[in-house]
Amino acid sequence: MKIKPLQIIAHIILILGVLLMVVPIWISFASSSHDSVTILTEGMKFHIGDQLARNYNEVLNEKGGWSEEVTAAKMFINSFIMALGIATLKVVISAMSAYALVYYRFKLAVPIFWLIFITLLVPLEVRIFPSYKIVSDLGLTNSYTGLILPLVASATATFFFRQFYKTIPDELLESAKLDGANAWSFFIDFLVPLSKTMIAAMFIFMFVYGYSQYLWPLIMTTAEEYWTVVMGMKIIYTESYEGVALPRTAERFAYIILSMIPPVLVVVFLQKWFIKGLIQTEK
Amino acid sequence: MSFLDLKNVTKIYPNGTKAVHETSLSVDEGEFMVFVGPSGCGKSTLLRMVAGLEDITEGDINLDGKLINEVDPSERDVAMVFQNYALYPHMNVYNNLAYGLKNRGIDKETIEQKVNDAAKLLQISDYLQRKPSMLSGGQRQRVAMGRAIVRNPKIFLFDEPLSNLDAKLRIQMRLEIKKLQQKVGVTSIFVTHDQVEAMTLADRLAVINNGIIEQLGTPIEIYDNPKSLFVAGFIGSPQMNFLDGNIKNKTLSAEGFEIKDIDSDFEGEVKLGIRPEHLSQRENSLINLKVDLVEQLGSDNLVYGQLKDKKDFCYRCPGNLTIEKGADLSLNIENNKYYIFDKSTGKRVN
Repeated sequence: MKIKPLQIIAHIILILGVLLMVVPIWISFASSSHDSVTILTEGMKFHIGDQLARNYNEVLNEKGGWSEEVTAAKMFINSFIMALGIATLKVVISAMSAYALVYYRFKLAVPIFWLIFITLLVPLEVRIFPSYKIVSDLGLTNSYTGLILPLVASATATFFFRQFYKTIPDELLESAKLDGANAWSFFIDFLVPLSKTMIAAMFIFMFVYGYSQYLWPLIMTTAEEYWTVVMGMKIIYTESYEGVALPRTAERFAYIILSMIPPVLVVVFLQKWFIKGLIQTEK
Repeated sequence: MSFLDLKNVTKIYPNGTKAVHETSLSVDEGEFMVFVGPSGCGKSTLLRMVAGLEDITEGDINLDGKLINEVDPSERDVAMVFQNYALYPHMNVYNNLAYGLKNRGIDKETIEQKVNDAAKLLQISDYLQRKPSMLSGGQRQRVAMGRAIVRNPKIFLFDEPLSNLDAKLRIQMRLEIKKLQQKVGVTSIFVTHDQVEAMTLADRLAVINNGIIEQLGTPIEIYDNPKSLFVAGFIGSPQMNFLDGNIKNKTLSAEGFEIKDIDSDFEGEVKLGIRPEHLSQRENSLINLKVDLVEQLGSDNLVYGQLKDKKDFCYRCPGNLTIEKGADLSLNIENNKYYIFDKSTGKRVN
C-alpha cells in the first residue's frame, strides 16, 4: 500500500498529540521512583530510579493528617465510593427522569425539562452555601450520603438521555405494549439495553466528575476519615512543607500517579461498551 | 354479534382533525379483512383503535363479545405487524418471539416449544440466534409475523407490512401471508394503500376514504359493482376512465357519442366510467381513440390516447395485438359494462 503524504502528516499530528499527553505522565511516574533529594537537586527524571517500591509503599500506608490516622489508601477508598455513588445515582436518576419526560405526556413536561436544564447554569459552587445548609440540617455532614447526595442530580445526563429516547421509534413502544410490557418493563427491557453505550459514556464522565470534586468534600468533611484523594493532594503538600525541611516531591508524584488509577480503570473497563456502540448500530 | 364489532366508531384528534367518522363494521371469526384507501384516509387510525394504540373518541369496539374500548393494549390479546416491523433491535430473534410470552408468565419449556413451532412455520429456525440487524428485509418480515403468531392472539393486525419490501419479495410475502392466515385461521385485519394487495388478500374489503367506509364487500363485488366514483377510481389497475356526460330521457350524451336506453331514471350531469379492460376494437363503434403511447406488458398492451375532446383515455388489449402510435381506434364497450355516477354526489346511478 502506498502511503500518502497527507497520511504522514496526520500521523505526525497524532503522535505529537499522544506525546503531549503521555510525556508528563511518564515524567511523573519516572520521578516518583527516585529519592526526593535527587529530584530537588537534579530536576525531574525521565528514567526509572530505585526508590519505586519504597515511595509507593510509604504513600499508601503512611498515616497523616492532624489525627495522624488517615492513610492515602483510605482516601482512595473514600474517593472511589464517592465517585461510584455519584456516577451510579446520576445515571439512574437521569435515565429515569428523561424516561418520564419523554414517555409520560403530562402537560408540564416541557417546562419541567427546561427547569432541569437551567440548573446547568447553577453549578454546585454557586449554590454551595444553601446546599451545605440543607445537608448539615439533615445531619449528613461527615457521611458518604452527604458527600454524594447533593451531586446526583444532573441536567447534562438528563438532556442526553432525553435526546436519545426521542430517537427511539414509537412503534417499538407500541409493539412492546401489545406484547404486554408495562411502563417499568419497557424501561428495563428496552430503554436500558438500548442505551447501554449511553449509560457507559455517562458513567465515565460522571465518575471522573465525582472523583475530581474538591470544594464540596472540603466543606462537607471535618472528620479526616472522609477525606478524598483530591483533598489529600493539598494535605500531602502542606504536611511535607511544614513537617519536614524538604518537600517530599517523589512521594507527591507517586501519590499523583496512584490517584489516576481509579478513573483510568473505569475507562478501561467501560470502553468495551463504547467501542461496541460505535461499531454496531443497533437501532 | 360477530367476532369483531365496530359501532359508530369516531376518532377526533386533539387538534380537531376528524380521522374516522362514525364507522361501523363487523368482522367474522377467521375472516381476512382488508382496509384499503389512499394515505391519510383514516385506515391506519381505525386499525390502531382496534389495537388500543389510539383512544376512541366515540363509539364501541367489541372483540369476542367483550367491550374493549377501555382495555389496555396489552390485555386485548391482539398482535400487530408494523410497517417497519418494530423488531426489538437488542434482542435476538428467539427473544423477539419469546418476549410477549414471557410477559404473560408462561413457563420456559412452553415458550421454547411455541417459539420453535412458529419459527418452523415461518422457516426462520436457522436465524433464531441472530439479531434483527443481521437479517434481510424478508427475514425481518417473517420475524415480525412470527412474533404475532407465537402469541396465538384473537386477532392479527397488519399495518402496511409489505411496503418496505422490493416488488418481487412483496408478491412472495403476500402469498405467504395469505397461506399462513388460512393455515392458522386467525381473524386478520390488513391495512394497505395498494389495491392489488387488497384484492389478492382480502376475504372482504373495506374501501375507506376521508374517514368513511365507502364500500364493503368481497374484492370481486367491489370491482364489478363499485358504488361510488371514488371506489371505481381506486380499485382496478389501470384506473377506470371517466368522461363527463349528461343524462336526459334515459339517453346519456358524452362528448362525441351517445348511449341510449340506459338503466337509470337519473337526469343531469354525470360521470361515465369505463374500465380499460371492458373495451374491444370494433368498426364504427362509439368511442374513437387516437393512440399516443403503447405500454407493452407482454400479456397485455396498455394503449393510452386521446378522445375527440382531447380527454386522456386508456384501453387494455391482449398483448398479441400490434397497435402503432398515432393509429385511430374505434372502441366498443363490451356487454354494456359501464358505470354512471352522479357528478355532484359521486354516487352510482345505474
